[in-house]
Amino acid sequence: MDLLRRRLVVRGLAAALGLIGAFGSAPALRADPSSIVVASTTSTEQSGLFKHLLPLFEARSGIAVKVVALGTGQALDAARRGDADVVLVHDRPAEEKFLAEGFATKRQDVMYNDFVLVGPKSDSAGVKGHDVVAAFAKLGTVKAPFVSRGDRSGTHSAELRTWKEAGVDLAAVKGDWYRDVGQGMGPALNAASALNAYILADRGTWLSFKNRGDLGIVVEGDKRLFNPYGVMLVNPEKHPTVKAKEGQAFIDWLVSPEGQAAIASYEIGGEQLFFPSAGK
Amino acid sequence: MLQTLDDTFLRLATLDRDVLAIAWLSLRVSLSAVGIGLALGVPVGAFLAVAAFPGRGAVVGLLNAFMGLPPVIVGLVLYLLLSRSGPLGSLGLLFTPSAMVAAQAVLATPLIAALTRQVIADSEAHLGEQLRSLGLSAPRRALALIHDTRFSLVTTALAAFGRAISEIGAVLVVGGNIDGHTRTMTTAISLETQKGDLSLALALGVVLMGLVIAVNGAAALLRGYAVRAFG
Repeated sequence: MDLLRRRLVVRGLAAALGLIGAFGSAPALRADPSSIVVASTTSTEQSGLFKHLLPLFEARSGIAVKVVALGTGQALDAARRGDADVVLVHDRPAEEKFLAEGFATKRQDVMYNDFVLVGPKSDSAGVKGHDVVAAFAKLGTVKAPFVSRGDRSGTHSAELRTWKEAGVDLAAVKGDWYRDVGQGMGPALNAASALNAYILADRGTWLSFKNRGDLGIVVEGDKRLFNPYGVMLVNPEKHPTVKAKEGQAFIDWLVSPEGQAAIASYEIGGEQLFFPSAGK
Repeated sequence: MLQTLDDTFLRLATLDRDVLAIAWLSLRVSLSAVGIGLALGVPVGAFLAVAAFPGRGAVVGLLNAFMGLPPVIVGLVLYLLLSRSGPLGSLGLLFTPSAMVAAQAVLATPLIAALTRQVIADSEAHLGEQLRSLGLSAPRRALALIHDTRFSLVTTALAAFGRAISEIGAVLVVGGNIDGHTRTMTTAISLETQKGDLSLALALGVVLMGLVIAVNGAAALLRGYAVRAFG
């Protein structure tokens, strides 16, 4: 029994050492003090814009920016709970509400891109053109296959606004043709590609999207497809943990001539994705 | 399909340091979670195997059911706890690798405890009488049985590791899939799928499988060595 006990002690020590090893890596796992969390949208992350911008800002400021990509609605909710320092989103009415609730004191324009109506290259519903409202009215009438984000994102809000403007009462005409996937832009585009369906997408994600199948742009260039992005610092009075100084430094950089030039210089396949709009 | 597979192999050849960093984070997080799971789960499982108390059957049943905890629910509950507005918000752990370790530890612990209990209960059926006749207390018997089954428990640890490294629901919610910080193999694969870059997603999947096979291979080697040396 003594031998058994001694062996057990040895094993116990070995296990303890293993655990120390596991926890020893904890310091490396802890949050970096000079970093901020930016809650933003899937469109900015999945289009690759942040990968282009952040190294420039980080080199200049020494502040690491951690982007959590969510739909606009979720991003604002995360900020309401105090889980982000800065929000960069694209749904003007939702942003106004966020301001009115006091979760931020100022909203600044950063950039814009536009939405495009993507659909089968054959355009089976015959909606091609430059009038998105007319196109939506027609889609609602012929009940062409349509994929909706359905996730309270900025793009989803824009889609719902457009149905309304087109006089289509979604609740009444919804059916098999209208697929509400409840996911980000990329997965929704994957679904549209598989179903050969129409879908409202932001141009940035569409341009960087690789699994297009038989889809192409059918409506673009309508003023109503304008998609502005705003940036806000989460109000430190609501959440004292907000890193106001670092967060503001990021916002200041985004709207500075240098930041704006960096946004303008991001291209995919020779096409500019986002257009700076600070101070305009 | 064939085109995608073709591209996958091409992409495998050109995977860069970013992928290595992501793989390393996945490995670190999941191994840490299994370490915590072993520290908590083995004693609990062993205790349940040897102790007799009223309601033990119900506890064991519940524990077995907890092996099926949905990762996304674990992630969500932990998110609400760790959120700045949550009870543990002051720790500032949300969107950090530590939060991901905690989430996976919650998934790994019941699995380890339940499997440990089964392994030790089986061993108890053979040796229990003998150990009891030596007049050993329940904790002593549990320790002796853990020792007796130590090689089988390696498989338990591997099962827990498999559950941890392959899940996405929990790490995505509490980690936030932040580039260079909390992006793991599974969240990276999901992101590339969302971007429609299916060949890169598949290439990352091949890397993840390689990682899992390597860890299992290393465990098998260690076990073989240990059996020869100490068995």
